[in-house]
Amino acid sequence: MAAKSIYAASDTKRRAKAWSTVVGLALLVVVVFVISMNTGYIRLSPLDVGRTLFGFGTDKQELILFQFRLPRIVISVLVGAGFALAGCILQGITRNPLADPGLIGVNSGASLMVILFVALRPSISASPPYTLPFLAFLGAAGAGAAVYFLAYKRSDGVSVLRLVLVGIAVQAGISAAIIVLTQRLNPEQYQFAATWLAGSLWGANWKFVLTLLPWMAVFVPFVLSKARTLNVLSLGDQLSVGLGARLQRERLLLLLAAVALAGSCVAVGGAISFIGLIGPHLARRLVGSRHEILLAASALSGSVLLIAADTISRISDTPTGIIVAIIGAPYFIYLLARAK
Amino acid sequence: MATHSNGEGAEASAKKLRTRPLAASVILLGGLALLAFSMALSISIGAKDIGLSVVWEAIRHFNPDLTDHQIIRSLRMPRTLACALTGAAFAVAGSVMQGMTRNPLADPGLLGINAGAGFMLAISFAFIPHLLFNQLIWLSFAGAAGATALIYGLGSLSRGGLTPVRLALAGSAISALLLAISEGIALKYRIGQSLDFWLFGGAAGVRWAQVDVILWWIGGGLLVAMVLARYITLLSLGDETAAGIGVRVGLIKFVGAIVILILAGASVAVVGFVSFIGLMVPHITRYLVGVSYRWIIPCSAILGALLFVLADLGARMVRPGSETPVGALIAIIGVPFLLYLARREGREL
Repeated sequence: MAAKSIYAASDTKRRAKAWSTVVGLALLVVVVFVISMNTGYIRLSPLDVGRTLFGFGTDKQELILFQFRLPRIVISVLVGAGFALAGCILQGITRNPLADPGLIGVNSGASLMVILFVALRPSISASPPYTLPFLAFLGAAGAGAAVYFLAYKRSDGVSVLRLVLVGIAVQAGISAAIIVLTQRLNPEQYQFAATWLAGSLWGANWKFVLTLLPWMAVFVPFVLSKARTLNVLSLGDQLSVGLGARLQRERLLLLLAAVALAGSCVAVGGAISFIGLIGPHLARRLVGSRHEILLAASALSGSVLLIAADTISRISDTPTGIIVAIIGAPYFIYLLARAK
Repeated sequence: MATHSNGEGAEASAKKLRTRPLAASVILLGGLALLAFSMALSISIGAKDIGLSVVWEAIRHFNPDLTDHQIIRSLRMPRTLACALTGAAFAVAGSVMQGMTRNPLADPGLLGINAGAGFMLAISFAFIPHLLFNQLIWLSFAGAAGATALIYGLGSLSRGGLTPVRLALAGSAISALLLAISEGIALKYRIGQSLDFWLFGGAAGVRWAQVDVILWWIGGGLLVAMVLARYITLLSLGDETAAGIGVRVGLIKFVGAIVILILAGASVAVVGFVSFIGLMVPHITRYLVGVSYRWIIPCSAILGALLFVLADLGARMVRPGSETPVGALIAIIGVPFLLYLARREGREL
């Protein structure tokens, strides 16, 4: 009896600590957000930013802040959170700490559609602004579906091992197709496509924020509501089958959510990898592996990482995805080295 | 270790241990003939088709005044030879890797070794553009070595070692990373489209200067691989078994790693990223000739060379007049193969 209450007390304490970490992460998002608003080609002092936000800035300051900087930062917050949540789901259901949205083919599928579009349309600016994100999303979802069905076997559904291998194969195939296509592009088309492929938040205006928001509004709460299911799924196939036979269905639903989140984020943000891998990892180290807390912490870590990377990319004039890769890679290698 | 296997297991392993010297001899002789023929075809077919008799003439009695002879001598021959050499090199590198690690997914492309070499080459293209080829090749070796060291290091650091899938995942992540940085460099220095072609494989620009250099490296690598073959067969039975028989496992693995580096590094320096030859060819060869690496290595070399020469020929014929990267073509052939391996996992992984 006494032992039990001690256990419960320490558990409550641990949970309280984890939640305060989440609050800390949220504050960090705000801090990085503010720093990012100050930084860019034209520096705005915190005072200027504050004044402009409340409507007392000069026209130029308002233009910079509201039309250029703010939408880009908001997109970073959303895309970072979306990728990290998708990564967190995938790591949970595959029980593979190295899983990443790129693994289910969403990045390469989206890229293929973008290259196809660029190759077939002579002028990118002439088409309606939603066309490209819409096509990218279709490509991402298509590749995700292809990976799922190729990894599916009637005897045992989708095994983790097959998902990983099929994902690698589909990516390799799509990359080859992309390369064949890029050889046909003229230099101007090529530069656009290459910049998109390298992951740059190109759609940085309010229209794209509005495109992305509905997806996030539907799928983020859905994923958060599935925290318990993820806890069960991350225990392993045998155990979770014992706990309820709807394993395959739940896994499919969560995979769909991951594809929807990652797909819409790729559509707006370009092919950014590593956020979906590293966001959940950082979060797990900070708050442990209960998905009720982990999901929130992952989303926040993803946002912090992407705003920071995007701010650096704006200063250094390098695509965001490359900054993310350069920051993310050493951490990834460290993770590989200590993985069990 | 090997002693306590029951009757059924012994029977199964005896079945697995079968070698087929006859099939292997057929592949060696027939394959060589086929290779010679397809190389002649590859020299003869192109933007300007040149008859086989002229090809033979240009090789036997070279006349520098004839344009056809010039095309054959200075463009087509080095290209075809480079394809044959690197095809053999990728295939043997894959065989040695699969045998030593007992990992059916081992391939210098999938595991990021090609990407390591390519990364160093991207850096040299952007920052030191006027390197001679025999200097460049050292950078390629260094890059391949760096990526291999990374993977070997990870394997030895991680608890429980690297399973095939974890290794594939690590390799594809390391590849993705190195490619991202290479592409970043390419974007910044606007060498993208030219780098891309090479990043995804192509022997179009190969000249004698390069072939002269890789001939020695790849020739030497293949020779050492042949010398190692006996030990690789033993290692493919498991490290403990091999050590029990008296194989110096550490030494063989070290020499094997050097051979892989030289074969993959030299090949990437000439024809760029070509994955999947090293994955597919050893599997097919093992299926045909059995489990002895004394047969697998030479047969892989011939089948790999044949595959690459034919793929290069195909790449030129996809859209006549322009080049399709041959690496992409091979990947498109190789992906169904990887999917097949993925779907029958469990038996071999």
